[in-house]
Amino acid sequence: MSDIIWLNILITGGIALCAAITLYITAQKFALRVDPKEQKIEDILPQANCGGCGFAGCKDFAHACVNASAADFAKLYCPVGHSEVMHKVSQILGFDAPKRKNTCAVLRCNGTCQAAPKKIDYNGLKNCRVANLVMIGETGCPDGCLRYGDCLSACQFGALTINAKTGLPQIDADKCTSCGACVKICPRHLFEIRPISDDNQQVFVACSNKQKGAQAKNNCHNACIACKKCASLCADIKVEQNLSYIPTSVSPSEFGQELANNCPTGAIIYKSQVKKGKKNV
Amino acid sequence: MCKKTFSFGGLHLNKHKISALSPIQDAGVPPFVYIPIKQHIGSPAQIIVKQGDKVKIGTLLAQAYGTISANIHSSVAGEIKKIEEVQSESGYFEQVITIQTTADDYEAGIDTSTQISNDIPQNSAEIIELIKAAGIVGMGGAGFPTPIKTSIPANKSVQYLIINGIECEPYLTADGALMLEKPEEIVIGAKILNKILGIQNAIIAIDENKPLAIEKITQITKRYVGVNVTVCKSKYPQGGERQLINDVTGREVPSGKLPIDVGCVVQNVGTVFAVYEAVMKHKPLYERIVTVSGDTNLTTAGNYRVRVGTPADYLLNLAHTKQSQIGKLLFGGPMMGISSVSLQAPINKTTGGLIVIGTQDSLRAEESGCIRCGKCAEVCPMGLMPFAIASNLRRNNTAPLKALHAADCIGCGCCAYICPAKIPLVDYCKLGKYEANKQK
Ligand code: SF4
Ligand code: SF4
Ligand code: SF4
Repeated sequence: MSDIIWLNILITGGIALCAAITLYITAQKFALRVDPKEQKIEDILPQANCGGCGFAGCKDFAHACVNASAADFAKLYCPVGHSEVMHKVSQILGFDAPKRKNTCAVLRCNGTCQAAPKKIDYNGLKNCRVANLVMIGETGCPDGCLRYGDCLSACQFGALTINAKTGLPQIDADKCTSCGACVKICPRHLFEIRPISDDNQQVFVACSNKQKGAQAKNNCHNACIACKKCASLCADIKVEQNLSYIPTSVSPSEFGQELANNCPTGAIIYKSQVKKGKKNV
Repeated sequence: MCKKTFSFGGLHLNKHKISALSPIQDAGVPPFVYIPIKQHIGSPAQIIVKQGDKVKIGTLLAQAYGTISANIHSSVAGEIKKIEEVQSESGYFEQVITIQTTADDYEAGIDTSTQISNDIPQNSAEIIELIKAAGIVGMGGAGFPTPIKTSIPANKSVQYLIINGIECEPYLTADGALMLEKPEEIVIGAKILNKILGIQNAIIAIDENKPLAIEKITQITKRYVGVNVTVCKSKYPQGGERQLINDVTGREVPSGKLPIDVGCVVQNVGTVFAVYEAVMKHKPLYERIVTVSGDTNLTTAGNYRVRVGTPADYLLNLAHTKQSQIGKLLFGGPMMGISSVSLQAPINKTTGGLIVIGTQDSLRAEESGCIRCGKCAEVCPMGLMPFAIASNLRRNNTAPLKALHAADCIGCGCCAYICPAKIPLVDYCKLGKYEANKQK
């Protein structure tokens, strides 16, 4: 009886030993050699895997950093880790740290429940992308926010909430990492990542409606009516297709207040966006 | 006779074909028509007229622009008042040519007699030119320009021309009425298409609940070689292009491929009639048959010959519709139609019906949790798993959509119809299709 037991132990033990040796050799021979620098960089990165850097994830970004020339490296940036992380990464690689201004997402629509009341009943799935495919939207504005909050589900940093009063998504500049997930998901392309000035200000046109003034106003009091007042105050501002756009080169501190005060409809928003602990470098 | 049907999925719906035997009435000429310059898939036509121009019926208003596009003709005689934007059924603004109408006056060359002519031109290229000039597009709903669909690429070959005489959507009877009143024209139209495709194998597929049409057309096809009739079961969505090919030929169009890849061309009977009129009567496509139907307390059902650009409310008035009590106005059938945002939206080349629904019926039932019954997967004619598409999208997980073949959804609505938990599955599948196409 004990013979059988011993034989069993011997055979299984033998198989195990063979397997172990084969596995060891394969592991040695086919080992995935990771550049130690790449590993180090990956460890520093925030592991949000949000794609905000333009790569498939943090690992991919680390790989790109290691293989970049000094000139290429200046173009790489992790918006989530921001200057702090990029500084550490540049130290590992021995390059200069890339410089970026603080940025955050803004909503280019101000069609609040008050300014753009509902006109049409929609009882399909409450989802912006579906609604946008089948109809103009409950407010009757073909370019405005649909208010079903697809962007909320896209933002993995919890920077977006629906403001109960306005019905519109609201951006918490402090939490926003400028990853651009909201830009990609919004079927009406309402988000824009804009720089924040050194004194924490932003100014932008919160409207995307390209209809003629009267028609736009008909649906929303806050719509841009393309009156060109803003363009007369600042030569850089262009009004095209019945819609004004303030280029990011326009300084909020210099023009912001004046622009916001003179816009007859309230389409221009000038506000302070404080990012705690994150300084422009 | 053996009745064919597609191999999986589908539903037996309550037909509601109230206007099945109503004769086609002429809707006449509204005081103004609003003719959209995009009534087809592809790029909008380019306007070649201006405000103040006098036009006749059949005058070219806008010319096809780009590879996929179609000509747009005037459906009335009158004066162009404005080129403006009005709301289409989806509520989005579309460019239209607004014409104030006067008494009917036709462009020279259009033969308005109803006498049947079957002396088909010999030259295929000439026929295709006539179809192109007439601005014919698929009238079953998709609006794909017909000349493109019938020009076969050199590396493909056609064996079957299938004429879709199946109206599987409830309420709609426009195609049925056309088959009853213009059977011979449709058969000649099929011969014309046979000619340009270079085949002798047109099959007119009709569903079993149209016995009169089956009888009439079968009689006529005896006199025309190369056109035959197949009777199909009435099951929804029997009229879907892929389902119909499967019924008639037993072939299956693979995922991501087109009917032509399995040697088939499918055309709606309305389109075939338009081809007849374009080729034999030199008449551009400027009118079509539209069913008005729905809640019988709100409207009288009927089939109308309507000029393109007629505002919906004009037609509803003709049908004595109580407009203030409408809960929902559908452009198209109740399964796949679009719920219209505006009662004034103009009728275009692809509008097969206006369905009036009462306030009570227009509400959706309250949604509850999925009970895993699997009924949606059972009825899906494309063999998809709508519940899986929906549950992934709820979690914002778009990665498996490709594996779930979300892009193959034809939007037939079977899944949402059958779902006992009343989950808006088609809406999710629409989203799935949109996201899956974005990933491509
Ligand atoms: S911003 Fe865009 S995604 Fe967000 S709620 Fe509005 S329409 Fe929807
Ligand atoms: S608000 Fe937009 S850009 Fe900012 S973190 Fe959220 S998804 Fe990213
Ligand atoms: S709507 Fe799409 S998923 Fe639903 S049954 Fe039809 S084809 Fe299938």
